[in-house]
Amino acid sequence: MNKRILRRFLITLGVTLLCVWRVVAYPGLVPSKARLLDNVKLGLDLRGGTHLVLQVVTDDAIRGETDQAIESMRQELNKRNVVFRQMTRMQNNTFQVVGVDPSKDNDFRSVLNERFADWDLISTAGEVPNTYTVRLKPTQEQGYRAQAVDQAINTIRNRIDQLGVGEVVIQKHGGPGENEILVQLPGVDDPARVKGIMQSTAQLELKLVESGPYPSAAAAVQNYGGVLPANLEVLPSVERDSGSSEGTYYAVQQVASITGRDLKGAYPSRDENGRPAVSFNLNADGAQRFGRVTGENIGKMLAIVLDKRIQSAPRINGRITDSGIITGGAAGFAPQAAQDLALVLRSGALPASIKYLDEEVVGPSLGADSIRAGLVAAIVALVSVIAFMLVYYKLSGVNATVAMILNLIVLFGALSYFGAALTLPGIAGVILTIGVGIDSNVLIFERIREELRSGKTALSAVVTSFSRVFVTLVDTHLAALISAMFLFLFGTGPVKGFAVTLFIGLVSNMFTAVFVSRTLFEWVLNRQQRAQTLSI
Amino acid sequence: MIELFRDVRINWLGKRKLFLAISGTVMLLGLISLVAKGGFKYGVDFKGGTIVQVRFKQKPDIEKIRQLLRESGAPDSQPQELAGRNDVLIELQGAKEDDASAGRSVIISALNKGFPGQFEVLSATSIGPKVGDDLKRQAVFATLYALGGILIYIAFRFEWIYGAAAVFAVFHDTLVTLGLFSIFNRDINLTVIAALLTLVGYSVNDTIVVFDRVRENLKIRRRDDLEKIMNDSINQTLSRTILTSGLTFLTVLALFVFGGEIINHFAFAMVIGIIVGTYSSIAIAAPLVLVYTNIRGRAVPQVAAPARAAVSKAPVSKAPVSKAPRPKRA
Repeated sequence: MNKRILRRFLITLGVTLLCVWRVVAYPGLVPSKARLLDNVKLGLDLRGGTHLVLQVVTDDAIRGETDQAIESMRQELNKRNVVFRQMTRMQNNTFQVVGVDPSKDNDFRSVLNERFADWDLISTAGEVPNTYTVRLKPTQEQGYRAQAVDQAINTIRNRIDQLGVGEVVIQKHGGPGENEILVQLPGVDDPARVKGIMQSTAQLELKLVESGPYPSAAAAVQNYGGVLPANLEVLPSVERDSGSSEGTYYAVQQVASITGRDLKGAYPSRDENGRPAVSFNLNADGAQRFGRVTGENIGKMLAIVLDKRIQSAPRINGRITDSGIITGGAAGFAPQAAQDLALVLRSGALPASIKYLDEEVVGPSLGADSIRAGLVAAIVALVSVIAFMLVYYKLSGVNATVAMILNLIVLFGALSYFGAALTLPGIAGVILTIGVGIDSNVLIFERIREELRSGKTALSAVVTSFSRVFVTLVDTHLAALISAMFLFLFGTGPVKGFAVTLFIGLVSNMFTAVFVSRTLFEWVLNRQQRAQTLSI
Repeated sequence: MIELFRDVRINWLGKRKLFLAISGTVMLLGLISLVAKGGFKYGVDFKGGTIVQVRFKQKPDIEKIRQLLRESGAPDSQPQELAGRNDVLIELQGAKEDDASAGRSVIISALNKGFPGQFEVLSATSIGPKVGDDLKRQAVFATLYALGGILIYIAFRFEWIYGAAAVFAVFHDTLVTLGLFSIFNRDINLTVIAALLTLVGYSVNDTIVVFDRVRENLKIRRRDDLEKIMNDSINQTLSRTILTSGLTFLTVLALFVFGGEIINHFAFAMVIGIIVGTYSSIAIAAPLVLVYTNIRGRAVPQVAAPARAAVSKAPVSKAPVSKAPRPKRA
């Protein structure tokens, strides 16, 4: 064996061993079935699981920011004795301060400049003189939206981690401004509970009750002469009066004394009647505020509000500092619901509500079926192609067989190295790789036959054919790689999985069909010493 | 040595009118089918909706399933038995904006009423209308970008007309395949798009192999005209073309027969695509380059020196390119 062939032989052997090792033994040295199953990652469609695309309704977050700004504006103006008639949110990102005292105009503007740098004054016109309309700066708004998505991803990850699903994928999805999140839950084939847990916004608020209960929202407003004061709001309660079928309503303070952000922990417990409930305790800052609020309002009622619905409104009997309980209304929580609520409270509130755009669930038996079908198709394809090559090209067919099998080994090795998962369309890509491999071999062999017919010696026919066909193979492979690349870049989910295997398959085929196959030819011819015949 | 083809001498380019007629007819039939059926039949991937695949313990009564679904407010769902096992595929079109999976609950609760504990949900896919539109747009763009990339690459490696001809041939393949999808009433879903893109790759592959041989022959045989060189190049690569296409056809046929229901549409597209893709390299791409070269080759001297063009010998008689503008005042 001459040096050149030996070198090429060693390179081939090295690549093959590295790929085989990565697939069957990594990270150790001893091959085992468990390692193999670990290293060949399967997509959700093959192993079973749930694939969800959800969208964060970031308008909610912007609305929240605006409400907060209104609140701090109100406090700031009160502090500086700037009188105004009223303050309202106009759009998600815009609010209006109506009828500011003209003599305090400068004070108002300085508040705006000093404390509201993120806001633009877009209009001073209005029915009432001295009305200011303020809008969140577009860059800030973008920032808040992106932040809401990041927060949602964190919160959802916290929640799912606590469920212990394992190997979960949670990531941003779609283009910028789409605010989408991709969630993949392997092994979960009934996503109802997980979805409920992810979706619950879990906004916990404790608000002082001003009056109530009322039989309807209208009755509550009526009590204030038809116009609700700006600092109050009417909320429905999940508790019902024993006698009526109507729900009950309370008028409560708009500003929450305590929110979910002040929570230290939450855990399932029992209420005084022994029904499942959720207890919570507060962090130091929250406890201090809670102590002050409860101390100042003994005898009043405190509404425990979850996602804009009052869970209960117990009377404050004394100063409470650091803990409370959420009861589940007259019927109580189901035990599972109490557990889930404690979980979502612990993991923090979602900054905005979410919508489910896309959901795919694959049960484990279908995945197994698909693997079987894909394997059968791949084996039938491979065996029939090999049989044909051996019959048609005789000993050179062995050459093609080695090249094609090596191609598959390199393909799976590369998939493992890149950590890419094999999906069902990916199996289709593997089968197409077999097809591409055939083409390269046929192209080379037919060319060798042609050169032999024109009277060349075996060695010179092989050398000419490989150098000529190499040009064609580069052209065909590059053109195919270009389309695989666009598939990968612009395709989604299944198309991407297909593009990955096709791309890797094309590259490894260039290696096996040209480099490896040529080495084999040269080795055989070299052994025969001035060989004139070639079995092709 | 077994040889399928040896020393073939077929005048492919002389039959270009026949090829044009065949391609035209197939495309026209597809178009008629498309217009008659009011557009493509999109799968749930593109339309939004729900597909649930259910496996029953015993062979289920499809009529009963249909009845249950109708009673649950899903009258337009189409339960469909899958061959082999006791599997049923239920499709529900249209999805709610904010919770795409609502359709899934409708279907499963309907089945629970009639077949409690007798079935297993194999898979459930729910796609909201927005995702469906996104997918459609992405698929179209992915295809267009891929075609653009190929055009530029071939134009760079050969001449621009070769790139244009290859892309036109691929366009032809896509149109024929889509037309056949309409004629056979098959759904167009994401995997079909993947198949179309693979087909694009294959067809271009075939075309490049022929063009590459043309380029090689043009270098060594400067005296022969393009038509003869193209015919010879196609004939020289014919055994390779037929072998490769035949073997690749074998692999996708394996996929079509053994690959299961989910990739069936994909495999169908590939089975058609390989035939059409091979055909178009010979019957569309090469004639396009020839026709263009003939027109340009003749038009240029005509403009530059009309007198000489009129006197000169009639352009090579064995290349009857009727579309080429011939000098009238001969």
